[in-house]
Amino acid sequence: MGTVLTVKNINVYYGAIHAIKGISFDVNRGEIVTLIGANGAGKSTTLHTVSGLLRSKTGDIEFLEESIAHTPAHKIVSKGISHVPEGRRIFQGMTVEENLQMGAFVTKQDRIEHNLEYVYEQFPRLKERTKQIAGTLSGGEQQMLAMGRALMSDPELLMLDEPSMGLAPILVDQIFEIIKNLNKAGTTILLVEQNAQMALSVADRAYVIETGKISLTGTGEELAKSDEVRKAYLGG
Amino acid sequence: MADRILKSINTRGLKNAVRGSEYKKEALISYGILIGGYILLQLGAMTGLIGRNLQGQFVPICVYVSLAISLNLVVGISGELSLGHAGFMAVGAFTGAVVVRVLENGIGFAPLRLLIALLISAAMAALAGLIIGLPILGLRGDYLAIVTLAFGEIIKNFMNVIYFALDENGHLKFAFNHEIEGISNAGRVLTGPIGATGVTKIATFTYAAILTAFTLFVVLNIKNSKQGRAIMAIRDNRIAGESIGLNVKKYKLMAFVVSASLAGMAGCMFGQNFSTLAPAKFNFNTSVLILVFVVLGGIGNIWGGMIAAALLTILPEALRQFSDYRMLAYSIVLIGVMIATYNPTIKSRISAFWNKVNPFKNKDKDKGKKPKKTGKEAA
Repeated sequence: MGTVLTVKNINVYYGAIHAIKGISFDVNRGEIVTLIGANGAGKSTTLHTVSGLLRSKTGDIEFLEESIAHTPAHKIVSKGISHVPEGRRIFQGMTVEENLQMGAFVTKQDRIEHNLEYVYEQFPRLKERTKQIAGTLSGGEQQMLAMGRALMSDPELLMLDEPSMGLAPILVDQIFEIIKNLNKAGTTILLVEQNAQMALSVADRAYVIETGKISLTGTGEELAKSDEVRKAYLGG
Repeated sequence: MADRILKSINTRGLKNAVRGSEYKKEALISYGILIGGYILLQLGAMTGLIGRNLQGQFVPICVYVSLAISLNLVVGISGELSLGHAGFMAVGAFTGAVVVRVLENGIGFAPLRLLIALLISAAMAALAGLIIGLPILGLRGDYLAIVTLAFGEIIKNFMNVIYFALDENGHLKFAFNHEIEGISNAGRVLTGPIGATGVTKIATFTYAAILTAFTLFVVLNIKNSKQGRAIMAIRDNRIAGESIGLNVKKYKLMAFVVSASLAGMAGCMFGQNFSTLAPAKFNFNTSVLILVFVVLGGIGNIWGGMIAAALLTILPEALRQFSDYRMLAYSIVLIGVMIATYNPTIKSRISAFWNKVNPFKNKDKDKGKKPKKTGKEAA
């Protein structure tokens, strides 16, 4: 056990807009932690700040007891944080396998083969389509590809931004099943979701973000039962 | 498990072979066009089929082909619109002019002088590319295009106020914004808006063709390398590129600087082909002209750009009496190509027409279709 990621009092601005107002949270090894909240609450901004795409004006971000608040984005990946951005950002013109190989850009040569095998084990659907151009995959397959690509860099912490976005309910179930499997296989997961019900059902712990602040925290079960969360996100 | 890994390795080998053959095909076509074109033009010149005027265009053709290849690295492979390629060309051309004049007395062997000038030009253009690229590569799309356009104009105007001259002792003198006094006409190297004068032509068709081959070699190798894959991945999806740990700025800058230095070399060769060289030559029109080569040849298609550059350099010379309408013809051709390639109706008509007249079409396919049709009718 032990803490993998500690976020302490971060404040993030988009120009004059104060998007994140002093958020602190932590993620322990082997957990699934989820950040839920409405549109524009600051969930994705928080992930972007952790992966170095945005900078916090205050506070600190520690990964494996080492500050990464000032580490450039491209170095954070090799430290062991993999970010699956919102909206299935895959390389449309490359094949499935080339996309996965790109994910191993910072990975040691002797691990690539092993990781590729692992990704194909987790996503058998991708294995059937290794030579297919990624842009022609279905939405669910593209999401799987984005997740698989993130796994190619041997991440200690996998950050998923809205993996269920725009997917049919049956595919959402599949994606969450895969998230649970990845977690069982040892990957710590930080999950950002709008689909609060699904997210809370798999999460060990959850934080509710409202207009840039954390308003509630607890285990997934506690929050799923909480009146406030039910009213705001689960429809009564 | 073991045989699964083995299978995966095998399919990977196969895939690499496929990629390799794709790369080989592109390289084969590109080098083929270059060597074929070189032999064809040389033969034409030897047999007298190609007139003097057109022979004078041999070096510019090679230069423009090189420029099209190097701009493709930025526009096609890196996916950024740059409108300042003539600026880098100017840096190379004037650096080359000064270097060759300074070395004239020291080094008698002209090709060696040219080689040194080419290397220094490449370094200076790369430096210019670095200076301009560092602050602006955070910009994207139209904004980058505007800044590169401005840069090209700045270089041109800068050259307008630069004066270099050699005094009687062969020392290089420099002045900014005014003539250097006490220098004979023969000593002038760069004279403001008049530009480089008294250049002894040392560029030949063969040297220019070798430079083009070198440019092609560099760009094709980058395209096929790990770095090239990273540059193309960033072009396809910048955020995804960042999320897998690519240093976006580094790779964008790499493409930009390499492209600039290759343009500088081409500019140096260009300058050594004319006895006078004015800064006004490297204006916005020239930048657009190079971009037109790239767009006409198909963005990212290296050999397409080569053919477009060669044809559009020969065309105005072959139709000399219409050369006043050159820019008009370019724009019409450009609009025509845009319509033909992006309008699905016209595109399908062209391919239908091509299928009708194509002598190489597969006749067996038609035969295979016919019995099927009759079968349906019978049913």
